[in-house]
Amino acid sequence: MELIIESFPKLLHATKLTIELTLLSLFFGIFVGVFFAVLRISKNKILYFISYYYSYIFRGTPLLVQIFIIYFGLAQVEWIRESFLWVVLKEPYSCAILAFTLNTGAYSSEIFRSAFETINKGVLEAAKGLGLNKINIFFKVKLPIAVKQSLPAYGNEMILMLKGTSLASTVTLLDLTGVAKHIISTTFRPIEVFIVAGSIYLLMTFIIHNIIKLLERRYEYK
Amino acid sequence: MKNIFKFFLSSISALAILFSSAQADSIRIGTEGAYPPWNAKDESGKLIGFEVELANWLCIYMKHDCTIVEQDWDGMIPGLIMRKYDAIMAGMSITDERKKTINFSQGYADEVASLAVMKGSSLEGMDTPKAINLSTGGSAAKKALKTLTAALAGKTIGVQTATIHQNFLESGDVGSVKIRTYKTQDEVNLDLAAGRIDAALAAAVAFTDYAEKSGKAVVLVGPTFAGGAFGNGVGVGLRKEDTKLEKDFNKAINTARKNGKISELAIKWFGFDASM
Amino acid sequence: MSLLAYGDTGWGDELFYATLMTIAVAAAAIFIGFFLAAIFASFKLSKSKILNLAGGFYTTVFRGVPELLVIYLFFFGGSGAVMFVAKIFGYNGYIEVNAFLTGAISIGIISGAYSTEVFRGAIQSISLGQFEASKVLGFKKKIYYYKIIIPQMLRLALPNISNVWQITLKDTSLISVTGLVEIMRQSYIAAGSTRDPLFFYSFAAVLYLFLTFLSMKLFNKLEKTYGKGY
Repeated sequence: MELIIESFPKLLHATKLTIELTLLSLFFGIFVGVFFAVLRISKNKILYFISYYYSYIFRGTPLLVQIFIIYFGLAQVEWIRESFLWVVLKEPYSCAILAFTLNTGAYSSEIFRSAFETINKGVLEAAKGLGLNKINIFFKVKLPIAVKQSLPAYGNEMILMLKGTSLASTVTLLDLTGVAKHIISTTFRPIEVFIVAGSIYLLMTFIIHNIIKLLERRYEYK
Repeated sequence: MKNIFKFFLSSISALAILFSSAQADSIRIGTEGAYPPWNAKDESGKLIGFEVELANWLCIYMKHDCTIVEQDWDGMIPGLIMRKYDAIMAGMSITDERKKTINFSQGYADEVASLAVMKGSSLEGMDTPKAINLSTGGSAAKKALKTLTAALAGKTIGVQTATIHQNFLESGDVGSVKIRTYKTQDEVNLDLAAGRIDAALAAAVAFTDYAEKSGKAVVLVGPTFAGGAFGNGVGVGLRKEDTKLEKDFNKAINTARKNGKISELAIKWFGFDASM
Repeated sequence: MSLLAYGDTGWGDELFYATLMTIAVAAAAIFIGFFLAAIFASFKLSKSKILNLAGGFYTTVFRGVPELLVIYLFFFGGSGAVMFVAKIFGYNGYIEVNAFLTGAISIGIISGAYSTEVFRGAIQSISLGQFEASKVLGFKKKIYYYKIIIPQMLRLALPNISNVWQITLKDTSLISVTGLVEIMRQSYIAAGSTRDPLFFYSFAAVLYLFLTFLSMKLFNKLEKTYGKGY
């Protein structure tokens, strides 16, 4: 029982890293996601397939494999270690964010793509009829609608990403899961640690869930 | 409905029992298979190493049938408690902390720990004695620790997780260093060679073995460590309730020591007599 | 490429067996999940507030907490945890749990949380008319559940079950702490031994993509077979 109280501050401290990893990865991931979503709906066959295979590879393989390739695999290559890429790939922190970003980018691109594709054609025709040019149509009509459409699915993705950051613990990072694993393997009291760490994750999940609900309400009357 | 539950549950338990080959007279010994020269795997995936051979000999002396089982270091002790195997021979040092959960046989071999860096590192050429023992202490040891604290300040040092080496770094004996923990010694070595960490701490033989096999310019620096946080030699890990097995192992280890088997194997695998 | 040779010189055979193990664990896990999902979905659909809460607790916890923590819980909690669960169902006794089962059960419990939502959603989307008609026609609850509702539910759930399968399959990559030799663990061993992580992890990715591809084909076929008549 006292383990719960004892481990709490350590776990809370590690939560900071977890939140950082999650927010940064989601942030960069949105750009990657929009980019590949746009490629996917383009009429150009090459662009379409680039996006298709990107999505296929990053959604079809476990995140663990992706992070291992980026952290361990690339470090093996001599010329990478000597290039400017090493600035990013040297540190586990940036490697993790890179892996998470690419991963969430793939899932996000699917969400955005589906949101774009299901925009009511009538709205688009009306926009054209009103004389809006392509750029305006994209930013003032398509994007807001797509954002609103994506919210539920994206909220889900945010939670998945939060869980995904737990894999940072496999490349030496001491996030919430990393510290929890450490405490469990030295004290052999998994249940108490699970309760504390799990509750912290659930709390964050709860917060994300409610933020999305709020956003859904705000975008209701756009 | 309840009947279906019971049926399902009993079939799962039947499967569970099927899958866990618990034979009465043979014992299973767990090892990591990733800590050469103590234990490792050859190209065909077979477990090899000092402890693998020693285990087979101890079993001959104990007149038991033995199988050697592989286990990740992370789950080494839980695996023992879960009865995945009955003994641990994985370069596991006898420490008070571990003794809280499991028992150990007498030690059969000892290793000294050392820091390692890549050739050309600024940490080379430290002014420290060749070896220090943290249990016997003494002013030489204290002075060495001071030198180390100064030299290692702010550096990043890699260790395998849940090891005596990690404990030592966390104890504060060498001040505050940035510790990176890895799942296996291999990962530590990889990151050391890749320049991600400034130094690494592990058994001296682990580094010499890595340098030999990989051809990388890994060099040992500083004094070798023994005693204190580094425990009292490597022994066989056993469940607390298996007192008979503990007796059997102790007898066998005595036999192996008396007839020189441990020394012989140690020289073969370590290049020097690491027996206790 | 010689690294992948079958037999003693290469890792080909080890990786082959590892792939089979991945499939085996994932399959065991998803069925354990279905078993749990059947229970908890009915909890969530029941009129009892307590059962609703229990179901909600299960799906929230095991979809919200990272898989690694769940796996660590079961691996370090070991036999104790499984025996505790078994006690709830009235089974008293020592269950010796091995790596395969620990892995399959941990992933299974997580998989079950997702499947619960799928089953629940599927049953809820079956038109109310079916339930009413069955009652009116005088069928007993057990019978109409098995013969009318569940077949329809399975058909509706199938696409989402395919998603759950993908998740379950990929989650198996996380159980290396139990020592079970599936794809990830075998690649890890090979990478360490040959000091060629790039090759082996990339190959692991290829293996998973292959399994994903096969799974898609399998589910497409299943959807075609079970979609008949509609």
